Amino acid sequence: MLSDRRPILLTNARIVDPSRDMDFPGDLLIADGLIREAKRGIGAAGVPEGTEIVDCRGKVVAPGLTDIRAFVGEPGAEYRETLASASQAAAAGGVTTLVMRPDTTPVIDDPAMVDFVLRRARDTAIVHLHTMAALTKGLKGQEMTEFGLLKAAGALAFTDADHSVTNAQVMRRAMTYAHDFDALIVHHTEDPDLVGEGVMNEGEFAARLGLVGVPKAAETVMLERDVRLAALTGARYHAASITCAESLEVLHRAKDSGATVTAACSINHVTLNETAVGSYRTFCKVSPPLRAEDDRKALVAALASGLIDVLMSDHDPQDVETKRLPFAEAAPGAIGIETMLSAGLRLVHNKEIALTKLLAAMSTRPAELLGLPGGSLRPGSVADVIVLDLETPWVVDPDELKSKCKNTPFDEASLYGRVVRTIVGGRTVFEFV
Amino acid sequence: MNIAQKTSPDLSQRHLLGIEGLSRETITALLDRAEEFVATNRQIDKKQSQLRGRTQINLFFEASTRTQSSFELAGKRLGADVMNMSVSSSSIRKGETLIDTAITLNAMHPDILVVRHHASGAVELLARKVDCSVINAGDGAHEHPTQALLDALTIRRNKGPIENLTVTICGDITHSRVARSNILLLNTMGARVRVVAPSTLLPPGIEHMGVEVFRDMREGLRDADIVMMLRLQRERMSGSFVPSSQEYFHYFGLDRKKLDYAKPDALVMHPGPMNRGVEIESGVADGAQSLIREQVEMGVAVRMAVLEALSQNLPNA
Repeated sequence: MLSDRRPILLTNARIVDPSRDMDFPGDLLIADGLIREAKRGIGAAGVPEGTEIVDCRGKVVAPGLTDIRAFVGEPGAEYRETLASASQAAAAGGVTTLVMRPDTTPVIDDPAMVDFVLRRARDTAIVHLHTMAALTKGLKGQEMTEFGLLKAAGALAFTDADHSVTNAQVMRRAMTYAHDFDALIVHHTEDPDLVGEGVMNEGEFAARLGLVGVPKAAETVMLERDVRLAALTGARYHAASITCAESLEVLHRAKDSGATVTAACSINHVTLNETAVGSYRTFCKVSPPLRAEDDRKALVAALASGLIDVLMSDHDPQDVETKRLPFAEAAPGAIGIETMLSAGLRLVHNKEIALTKLLAAMSTRPAELLGLPGGSLRPGSVADVIVLDLETPWVVDPDELKSKCKNTPFDEASLYGRVVRTIVGGRTVFEFV
Repeated sequence: MNIAQKTSPDLSQRHLLGIEGLSRETITALLDRAEEFVATNRQIDKKQSQLRGRTQINLFFEASTRTQSSFELAGKRLGADVMNMSVSSSSIRKGETLIDTAITLNAMHPDILVVRHHASGAVELLARKVDCSVINAGDGAHEHPTQALLDALTIRRNKGPIENLTVTICGDITHSRVARSNILLLNTMGARVRVVAPSTLLPPGIEHMGVEVFRDMREGLRDADIVMMLRLQRERMSGSFVPSSQEYFHYFGLDRKKLDYAKPDALVMHPGPMNRGVEIESGVADGAQSLIREQVEMGVAVRMAVLEALSQNLPNA
C-alpha cells in the first residue's frame, strides 16, 4: 500500500505544533509516511516529483488528534459502532489515533481479544486504532487481568471503562503489580454508592426537575483514594474523566507531591454545563454528569494551565431505543469524536484557551501519555496531520455524522471551524469538500 | 403554557405538564372556574356537556386511587367518554412501553390523555409523541399540577387570597412532586413558602426555589397559616433516609403540640394517602383544623376546570 502514498506538500499554512509550542506561517512536506520538513517557504521547487501540492490558504496545519477514550461496539454491539464506522467518524473529526475502551462483549480482558480487535482494526479501520484492556477480569472489580501478557499483546493501558473499582485492596494490588510492568492504570472515578440513583449534577437544577443528583463528592472521594494509592505504590495513574473544581484541588496536590498522576476531561464537560439538560434532554445525560458553569470554567482553566493533561471525546454511541426514554431510565453517553475539535474551538473563539493549548491536550499530551507516535510536527515524526479551517460556521446535522448513532449533545448546534483534511501515515483519509 | 387561552398556536399550550410557566392570571382563572364546578358538583344533576363526544384516557403507569378516580369523575361529569388504563410497570420492561404505548393510544384518537408515570419528565416525553392534549397527573418527583391547583383552591376558600399567607410544607420534599408543584404555585401567587424536613429528605439546592428551609419543625411552623403535610413512603423510614418511623414522628410528625406553634387558626392539609402516626396524628388529621376531606372534593372541581380549559384548545372546538 505504500505505493499510493504520494508525497504531500501543504503550502500557505499556519503551522501549529503544540509539541514545540510553535505557531508560524509556513509549509509542511510529507513523504514516505513521515513529516519531512515544516518551515517557511519550502516551495514547489524543492519537493519530490509527483508531490500533491495543497494550497491551505492560511488554514491551520496541526498534528492529528489522539482520542484516548471511545466506546467502539465491536465486538458485541456492532449496531452501535464498528471499528470501521468509529474510524470513519474519527477521520472526519481529525482524530488520527483512536484508543478504544475494553468494555466490549466479550470484554477485552485476555490477550486473544486484544489480538482480535487489533487485527480487525488493521483490516477495517482508516485511522490508527489501539485498545485498552480491562483492569479487572470481566470488569467485575475483583481480580486483576494479565497486565504483562496484555501489554505484550498491544494493550496500551488498563481500565474498567465506566466501572469504578470500589475495593481499595484490589486497586492497591493492581497498582502495585502494574508498577512492575510500567502499565498505566486509567480509572473512572465515581463511587457507585454515592452515585446511587443519581442521573444529573446534584443541585438546584436536579431539584427543580425532580431528578436524583450525583454529588461531586462521588468523584472526589474516589479520586482522593486513588491518588493516595498511586503515591503509595508508585504506579502510573490516570483519572479517566474528571468534572469538577474540587477534583482539580485533589489533582493539584497529587501532582505537587510527585505522584505519577495525570487526568483527562471530556469535551462535553468543558463545553456544556448542567443547564444543557433543559427539559430532560437525554442526549445530555452523560456519566459523570455535566456539572455547574463554575466547574466548567475551572476545567477549561486547568486545561489551559496543563493541570488537566488530556481532552478526550468520551465517545459513547447509544441507539435511539436506549435514549428515547424518561431521563432517569435512559442510558448515559454521547457521541463526540467527530465534533470534539469543532466544539473545542468554541473555547478558542471565546478566548478561554489558546489554540496551541487546546491542540496539545488533544494531540501531543495523549500521545506522550500512552507512548504513541504522533502529536508532533517535528521532522521525522509520523505523518498524522490535519488541516483545520478555524472560521467556517456549520450546523451539526446528525444525519451527516459518520457515527452509527446520532446521540450528540451538539444536535443542531452552530459550531465554528472544522477539519477539512485528515492525513494518517502520509495518506489522506478524509477530505471535506 | 397558558391553558385558559382560546388561541393556542404552539404545542405547549395544548398540555398541562406542570405549574412551571403558568401565570398568576391563568391560575386565578382556573381556580375561579373550579369554584363554579364546586357548586354544580353539589347539585343532584351534576352532568355537563362541555366534553361531549371527547375521549379521555387515564393512563396510569403507577398505581393511584384518588387521583385516577378524581380525573375519571371529572371527565364523566363533563360528558367525556373516559377509559382507565393501568400499565403495570413490572409486567413489561420499564420505560420501553412508554413511547410504544403513546403511539398506540394516539392511533385511537383520544382527545385528552391523563398520565401518571414514576419517572420525572416521562409525561413531557410522552406529550411530544401524541397529537392530543396531555395532563400530567404526576411524573416522578417532578410535578403534580392538579394537586397544587386543588390545594390552592382549598386554601383560597378557607383563607381568602393566597398572597402573603405563610405556608409550611413538611416532610419528604426530596421525593415529592406535590411539594414541587406547590412551591411553584404558591410562589407565583405571592405566598411565603417554608419547607421543613430532616436534611436527608431535602434536595440539595431547594433553597434556590424560593423557600425558607427549616430543620426544626417548631420553628418552621411558627405563625404559619397553612400546614401542608407530605406522605413519607414506608421504604424510606427504616434507616435509608430516616432511622425509624418513631423518630420521624417525634421530630417531624404533626401532633397537637407542634401544631400549636402555628397560628391559632392555622389549617392542616395532606395530599393523601396518610400514614397516621407517622407524619400526622389522627386527632389532627380528623380535627377541626383539618382540610383534608375538602381537598378531595376540590380535586374533582379543579380537574373539571383543567379539562374544560384544555378542551377549548382542541381542534374543532
